[in-house]
Amino acid sequence: MGMTITEKILAMHAGKKGVVPGEIINARVDLVFANDNTGDLAVDQFKKAGFSKVFDKNRVIFVADHFIPPKDVSCAEQSRRVRVFCREMGLSNFLEVGRVGIEHVLLPEMGMIKPGDVIVGADSHTCSAGALGAFASGVGSTDMAAAMAKGELWFKVPETIKFVYKGIPVRWISGKDLILYTIGRIGVEGATYKAMEFSGEAIATLTLDDRFTMANMAIEAGGKNGIFHVDQKTIEFLKPRVKTDYEIVSSDPDADYAEIHEYDVTDISYQVALPPSPGNVKSLSDIGNIQIDQVVIGCCTNGRLEDMRVAAEIMRGKETNPHIRTIIIPGSQEIYLQALQEGLIETFIRAKAAVSLPTCGPCAGLHMGILGEGEKALATTNRNFVGRMGHKTSEVYLASPAVAAATAIKGYIATPEEVM
Amino acid sequence: MDYRGKAWRFGSNIDTDAIIPAIYLHTSDPQILGKHCMEGIEPGFSERINRGDIIVADDNFGCGSSREHAPVAIKAAGISCVVAKGFSRIFFRNSINIGFPIFESEEAPGKVENGDELMVDSDKGVIINVTRKEEYKSIVYPDFIKSIIAKGGLLNSIK
Repeated sequence: MGMTITEKILAMHAGKKGVVPGEIINARVDLVFANDNTGDLAVDQFKKAGFSKVFDKNRVIFVADHFIPPKDVSCAEQSRRVRVFCREMGLSNFLEVGRVGIEHVLLPEMGMIKPGDVIVGADSHTCSAGALGAFASGVGSTDMAAAMAKGELWFKVPETIKFVYKGIPVRWISGKDLILYTIGRIGVEGATYKAMEFSGEAIATLTLDDRFTMANMAIEAGGKNGIFHVDQKTIEFLKPRVKTDYEIVSSDPDADYAEIHEYDVTDISYQVALPPSPGNVKSLSDIGNIQIDQVVIGCCTNGRLEDMRVAAEIMRGKETNPHIRTIIIPGSQEIYLQALQEGLIETFIRAKAAVSLPTCGPCAGLHMGILGEGEKALATTNRNFVGRMGHKTSEVYLASPAVAAATAIKGYIATPEEVM
Repeated sequence: MDYRGKAWRFGSNIDTDAIIPAIYLHTSDPQILGKHCMEGIEPGFSERINRGDIIVADDNFGCGSSREHAPVAIKAAGISCVVAKGFSRIFFRNSINIGFPIFESEEAPGKVENGDELMVDSDKGVIINVTRKEEYKSIVYPDFIKSIIAKGGLLNSIK
């Protein structure tokens, strides 16, 4: 019996010829990272356990993205404790305001993620890195502390669910629509403990940015990781960024899958996840007129350059609805600069949208766009749980950047065709 | 090892924002987190429970973010263990890793009512409902996972 890409990567890192789902292994990790929030707890656990050095100063990274710039003293203290730790350990990377981005946007951009890697991050959206053919999985702070100390971690080898996307998506239909559709079909626990392998002719047409969006939301279906095979587009993305060698790993034709789901993407229209669950997905055409108070375009799910380009294309020469607050958050300094050079930022500002520095802020209800009582947001983010973006009675609708931009113009959840 | 306490029933897909809302993530202090345990879904929960009480939930308990603050909050509030039909993957790891016992049981959540007195025998994989005089099975973990819990968490087990 052959192995899936996920099984092969885990076997290679456990020093084994093969692994089978359910097997518990200790695997080497290539990269361990955390943010200012989870990092603080990880540092605490690391110290309490009495460890004095990390396994590799270049493979442990802290990215300040959740509470930056710090909104209050407690948040400033979290960042400060992580900063002190990084200096004590002599780490080459503690990335702060001005040099930073949202961790899952920034690390691939810096060339820190390679195909075939095993990556753990103390943030649930670590699975984003699977877009580059790596095994990447979110863990908690204690796992992070253990991996920082030892450079290895225990894993239960997951079963794999294969998703095959047939057909070619029509204009404006994005990776976000595909992944929302998928979660709507299998449910928020449809892939719990399992690997989600994305494939099919539709995937070949998607940009890397769209693939990051899909891998990012694997966790919203409970997935352990989301993974794509490397193709020419992946290699083009990696070329200017990754200077070391890497091994391209693929699933065997006779690999064993727990489930195989086939979707025809020509059937997939604009998708919206209604509150309070990312699995509560409907086609936009079926949800009626929903008035919105705030639009957020950004976050680790959709804060990449393609997302900015799509939003700008739809908003160009128009103004956002006067009843709407529109917040646009480029995912990294590099994306911000590129968006500036391409004139996208000017488009947003002329459209009366606010442009923020890279931060997780509103997505997790932390700062920079909290909702009040009964307010509704349409966001390109990944979660719409009760109270996720603010007040307990506020609501979050999840959709693509194209739908978000159209919504900002119209004031209700709208399609790009309504404004173009 | 045995755990005994009163059951507090919750439904499916209890997410980490329900267990510990993001507004408390500015701290890692277990005492503060414990005070706000389950506040996103049941404000005042930590004041109503007694030490040793047991949370009983349906599927996918702890879904959402990777915040270890969630099991830390439940543990610090005084809950002795969680019994659920299923757990989200990261919550599962986080709980084991901090030495907080959680039990998967297909049977118990459907039968246990709020306020039932429960006893959990983790070695045998048995949950006894003292109030209803019933017994349910729970999954017995592999020795590897049992040993992490017995040593009080992952970091103690790899030192």
